[in-house]
Amino acid sequence: MTDPKIRVVIAKPGLDGHDRGARVIARALRDAGMEVIYTGLRQTPEMIVSAALQEDADVIGLSILSGAHMHICPRIMTLLKEKGLHDVRVVIGGIIPDVDIPKLREIGITGIFLPGTPMQDIVDFIRKNARSRVESL
Amino acid sequence: MAFTTISGREIAPLYTPADIATLDYARDLADPGAFPYTRGIHPTGYSGKLWTMRQFAGFGTPEETNARYKQLLAAGGTGLSVAFDLPTLMGRDPDHELSLGEVGKCGVNVTSLADMEVLFDGIDLGAVTTSMTINSPASMLLAMYLVVAEKQGVSWNALSGTIQNDILKEFIAQKEYIYPPRPSMRLVTDTFAFCTERVPRWNSISVSGYHIREAGATAAQELAFTLRDGIEYVQYGIEAGLDVDTFAPRISFFFNAHSDFFEEIAKYRAARRIWAHVMRDRFKASNPRSWQLRFHTQTAGVSLTAQQPYNNVVRTALQAMAGVMGGTQSLHTNSLDEALSLPTAEGATLALRTQQIIAYETGVTAEADPLGGSYFVERLTADLEAEALAYFDAIDRMGGMVAAIERGYPQKEIAESAYRFQQAVERRDQVIVGVNEFVEDDDERIGTLYIDETAADRQMARLERVRAQRDSAAVARTLDALQEAGRSDANTMPALLDAVRAYATIGEMCDALRVVWGEYEEVPVI
Repeated sequence: MTDPKIRVVIAKPGLDGHDRGARVIARALRDAGMEVIYTGLRQTPEMIVSAALQEDADVIGLSILSGAHMHICPRIMTLLKEKGLHDVRVVIGGIIPDVDIPKLREIGITGIFLPGTPMQDIVDFIRKNARSRVESL
Repeated sequence: MAFTTISGREIAPLYTPADIATLDYARDLADPGAFPYTRGIHPTGYSGKLWTMRQFAGFGTPEETNARYKQLLAAGGTGLSVAFDLPTLMGRDPDHELSLGEVGKCGVNVTSLADMEVLFDGIDLGAVTTSMTINSPASMLLAMYLVVAEKQGVSWNALSGTIQNDILKEFIAQKEYIYPPRPSMRLVTDTFAFCTERVPRWNSISVSGYHIREAGATAAQELAFTLRDGIEYVQYGIEAGLDVDTFAPRISFFFNAHSDFFEEIAKYRAARRIWAHVMRDRFKASNPRSWQLRFHTQTAGVSLTAQQPYNNVVRTALQAMAGVMGGTQSLHTNSLDEALSLPTAEGATLALRTQQIIAYETGVTAEADPLGGSYFVERLTADLEAEALAYFDAIDRMGGMVAAIERGYPQKEIAESAYRFQQAVERRDQVIVGVNEFVEDDDERIGTLYIDETAADRQMARLERVRAQRDSAAVARTLDALQEAGRSDANTMPALLDAVRAYATIGEMCDALRVVWGEYEEVPVI
């Protein structure tokens, strides 16, 4: 039997160490019944995709506050495709300027959560959009 | 229903003389300027001298930031405060793999002396005071500043300013560390010893609660962990062979100004009282300047909202007022757009104007410690002091702050508080105007600062020029000497100054010591 729990890798890419958001969201998702793997700080796109592969993740949650998202996100999406992880959903939280939002959607990042987003909205989004573990049997 | 602060403190609807029955004026408060300095360190408060209006700024290239500094000084700012980007903070050159997308984004990029020369071009280092928010590589940026002064012909005796240099709060909260705690502490005590002797008016550390609070700590935790960090630095300085009264007067502090007005004011008052006792009674310092806690304040970035951003001007003004009524020596007010981007020039100017209105129009500067004697504020001050002292006991029992950090104690305490706060927001027990109450469907948008990729390209180009033009034998020789100093007990500052003069880059200098000391990695816990 496959565990029906949604598996989420929460990752903090880049050099930034401000991990309050990543850790609070990780706990909220865990309290909502998901299996959460927190990678810790300073993860390269390669490390994050490899963690998603190893952990059989349904969702990757990125926390980026530093402005490096337009470099990091496309690289992660490319690597996911290369590894055949087409149905892993990527969501991002952080400080994302308006002009970048359509560009992120275009590369397949549909869950974009700005400061002030209720934790429940993120939980609901992931529940609705993560691939179903039961159907994949 | 009782009011509860952001820190989870329940406030009674009325405080009376019974709440301060044990308070003794001469012992616990005293006039401003007298031990234990609860009411302030200056006898005349702000009527003698206003606080320094020091706006933290930095973005993109040194050229762009230099222009912003000149604008802030022209607008009446009275000190500079440098925000560095993440590659600089983490000791990486712009062409390192991890610097991808980060150059010039969160602050200005400074890779070598060549950048520092541009950053302060046309600014007389003998005439301004400069604060630099830099921690792991603090001694390297200080060395760059000292060499720029040398080139301007300004004596090091005339330099005044601060390096943050507070590595303990990096392990606790902001997580911008390079080396493990113990060699990191050695870099800090090297700067204490060097500055005491060679740069006597320089504040060699700014022990910071700001980031601890931003990471989710309560007011009491901010107070406790910050001051306990201060104790750790003094202890290490003494163990490194320094006389406490030679370096303690150059220790300064940095606190948050959050939204709970009275609790914040009480926090600053408690901080002064605790520190005076710690320095006199625990460390037997005899110079009154060692007893006096001086501090910088910044309004709470974490309280700013992306929704209805104009509300942030009001939040910041009220928080700044708490810092002023708590007797801060210098102040940074955040800009309204900081939940969205780094501040625009207009946002930064409005933030400075906010301070000027408080200083010149409200009259709160006329009286030192205007809330002294309030039943409520005195009771809060005493409660915060007691809570901090309880944390001191717990940390002392663990063997000090470095040992407490190594077992993850303050980190876990803060993570718990952060999660509790977020749950209170979700339940709407904690109201945030425009976020979970009084919400508008279509928030007004404001102009924001967008930092493009040309900053990274320009920094990369300068780095290539520097590498091509410098004497590479001198670079190799000075980096070897730095590594040697790292292996021995010698002070690392002279070796760093030589490496800086040879235009060694921050990545090269940090790598030289990474080889000797290794890198710190935190065990990730939720």
